Amino acid sequence: MDMIKRALDSDLFYSFRRTPVAVVSAIVALSLILSAVFAPLLAPFNPFDPSSLNLMNGFSAPMEPNAFTGDSFIMGTDDQGRDVLSTILYGMRISLFVGVLAVLFALLIGVVLGLVAAYAGGRTDAIIMRIADVQLTFPSILVAMLIFGIAKGFTPIHLRDQMAIWVLIVSIGLSDWVQFARVVRGAALVEKKKEYVEAAILIGRGPIAIIFKHILPNVLSPVLVIATISLALAIIAEATLSFLGVGAPPTQPSLGTLIRIGQGFLFSGEWWILFFPAVTLLMLALSVNLLGDWLRDALNPKLDD
Amino acid sequence: MALLDIKNMLVEFPGRHGTFQAVKDVSLEVAEGEILGLVGESGAGKSTVGNAVLNLLQAPGRLSSGEVWLNGERIDQLDKSMFRTIRGKRISMIFQDPMTSLNPIETIEFQLVETILTHMDISRSEAEKRAVDLLEQVGIPDAPKRIKQYPHQFSGGMRQRVVIALALSVEPELIIADEPTTALDVTIQAQILELIKDLCKSRNLGVILVTHDMGVIAETADRVAVMYKGALIEVGETQQILRDPKEPYTQSLIAAVPPSNIKIHRFPKVALAESDGSALQDFDLKGHWLASGEAHDPKGGTLLEVKNLSKRFLVQGAFLERNRTYVDAIKSISFDVKAGETFGLVGESGSGKSTVARVITGIHPATSGEMRFAGKDLTGKSGKQEAIAARQDIQMVFQDPYSSLNGRMKIGSIVAEPMIVNKLTSGAEERNEIVADLLELVGLGKDAARKYPHEFSGGQRQRISIARALATRPRFLICDEPTSALDVSIQAQILNLLKDLQEELNLTLLFISHDLPVIRQMCDRIGVMQFGELLEVNETEKIFEAPEHAYTQRLVSQMPKFMK
Repeated sequence: MDMIKRALDSDLFYSFRRTPVAVVSAIVALSLILSAVFAPLLAPFNPFDPSSLNLMNGFSAPMEPNAFTGDSFIMGTDDQGRDVLSTILYGMRISLFVGVLAVLFALLIGVVLGLVAAYAGGRTDAIIMRIADVQLTFPSILVAMLIFGIAKGFTPIHLRDQMAIWVLIVSIGLSDWVQFARVVRGAALVEKKKEYVEAAILIGRGPIAIIFKHILPNVLSPVLVIATISLALAIIAEATLSFLGVGAPPTQPSLGTLIRIGQGFLFSGEWWILFFPAVTLLMLALSVNLLGDWLRDALNPKLDD
Repeated sequence: MALLDIKNMLVEFPGRHGTFQAVKDVSLEVAEGEILGLVGESGAGKSTVGNAVLNLLQAPGRLSSGEVWLNGERIDQLDKSMFRTIRGKRISMIFQDPMTSLNPIETIEFQLVETILTHMDISRSEAEKRAVDLLEQVGIPDAPKRIKQYPHQFSGGMRQRVVIALALSVEPELIIADEPTTALDVTIQAQILELIKDLCKSRNLGVILVTHDMGVIAETADRVAVMYKGALIEVGETQQILRDPKEPYTQSLIAAVPPSNIKIHRFPKVALAESDGSALQDFDLKGHWLASGEAHDPKGGTLLEVKNLSKRFLVQGAFLERNRTYVDAIKSISFDVKAGETFGLVGESGSGKSTVARVITGIHPATSGEMRFAGKDLTGKSGKQEAIAARQDIQMVFQDPYSSLNGRMKIGSIVAEPMIVNKLTSGAEERNEIVADLLELVGLGKDAARKYPHEFSGGQRQRISIARALATRPRFLICDEPTSALDVSIQAQILNLLKDLQEELNLTLLFISHDLPVIRQMCDRIGVMQFGELLEVNETEKIFEAPEHAYTQRLVSQMPKFMK
């Protein structure tokens, strides 16, 4: 109770209330996330249950009764008669699941390596940051594809579909840690020079305790900003990989998979199969991104008024 | 008619928690050829007055009411483009930091000539000649050659001279100097103040000198205006204000200034200064945990022994040794600190005094030399364990109260941490009790333990820093410029606290400062440092009354004298 009161009274919440873009994107992002989480309750059909599908319903236009069965679908159906709205709700679950876990994975690696690089300095710093530099010379989607391909090669065939999601998380996470490492290293270099770190050395704290107990809490604000913006990027990366056919398998379609399926029908007039998943992806990525932008400004003391 | 006439100035900053009045109904006059000193502690609104005159208030700040007249012309209602004919032309400014007020990528000549050409209707060659003349007037030797150089090729004091030349370049009527010497060393400060004084008299300029330093005011200003929390408390002739202040606030402010000529036992209690709830509680330490522990050293014996200590830092790393460059921060210094005394280290910036503290405490390893603390080796040569054990008895109070406390930890955890790390207590209950006692002891009260550092002012944070340092029951406390970031009245409280604690806990202090009057108040013996060398070690009175080394003589003669 006390925590909630303090949060509502904080400067951050004050800035949130006074930024309409932040409020709107928070509402959009939150409602998308909630509808994904509660997809089994909200979706009119279960797209993974073959018994609920009727091939006769295929290619129904949105809001129009099907010519054969007379059924009507809000966002229409795809070639197999699956309700597009339901596939989107279920697809968003996969997209968000992959995005969130990939960001957490990248965050864990990046923050630890960034802190170690900054605190140790010298050769350790040089080695970690040169690896990061080398990785930055490849487009991250290429890195993700490479890792995905290698990992797939090592997975037994009968497990591939099950493991695909996890491989996807690891490959996106590994392609994204550099940002966290760089930002954390920069912030930690500033913190390291502050006198409270010297005071901690003086009272006998060891390097591990200083890094994680003293420096880490003081570099978390930029990490929060990067994590939010990375979430949008990770969702898009997952969609791109799935669109290219190397991501989520058709048995567990993510938004990217849906867009890939939909684009085949774009020029034959069934626009809705592509359009609705694409708009959902756009709204999700945009709202999370705008939230990240606001957070960056709000946590920047130089822009404080 | 006065040159500058400020009438009922009210400056407001609307914010989330209501409107904050930074300047409340201030009326001031500055005459031609007069230096008006504007003094006050941080947050008094003295810089805001200058910024409001110059129309440089940071948004959302605004001049809500009042008038500003310059030579009979009202200037506070001019719009932005009109104001440019005033700012930089008729009113010039000198800021605190000469590093940031010059453009680092242009030559001095370019900056001076551009400024002159913007505001004066003369040819480029005339402007160039004028620029050289100006540099000569502000005392830059070899001006025709040096004008072609960039700001980084000038020292701090020289750079501030260039800033002054820039301010004079367009023949202003009024100069607003905001803490012009605060970033400079004491020997350079004296020269810059002399220069401002000369220019003011010879050119008949009006000068507003904004400063927190009473010594600067005493040496320079004709009249003084004292501000407190946005309001003007008292205005008068400098000597009258300093010798015979009428208002209680001015009296307490002046009482808190460390006198440069005598050593006093304690500073008088400052009644009106920022209230910290600062009164030191009567606290019986007999038999208390804090006074227990290892037997304390008999007074007068040698506690710390430093012999031929050197420290060099790597400036430019390289793969091959011959390509690396080093700087010698300390060059083979030797001194002793006796148990129970306060040993002072004084010197200007870059003299290596803070490095000495960091080498003794082990934050930086020594390059060569010996250090013994109560007989134990501190360099780690005769066993790391011995050095670690000895260092438990050495603690430090840092310069910057804003960076020396971890902002994400509660005060209680900050003060308890040394005891947890060194396993000094039997359990959480005993520890919490000691934390409460420590906070009482430094005058904060035990409720402070539940708060975070940002809820405290600079002086209170320094008290927390002292409490943390005391939590390992040290015998030796190093204070590295403990008051240089604090206002003068808060400084007096902290210095009193340190003196009290030293007596009660039988501490030995190493006190590092650039501020000579403060050093004089605190120390029994003083070492003078310059460029990493220890020039002279002597009794405090000898250093001030009969300094031996030429540098010490210069330092003492140029410290701002504040007469009482």
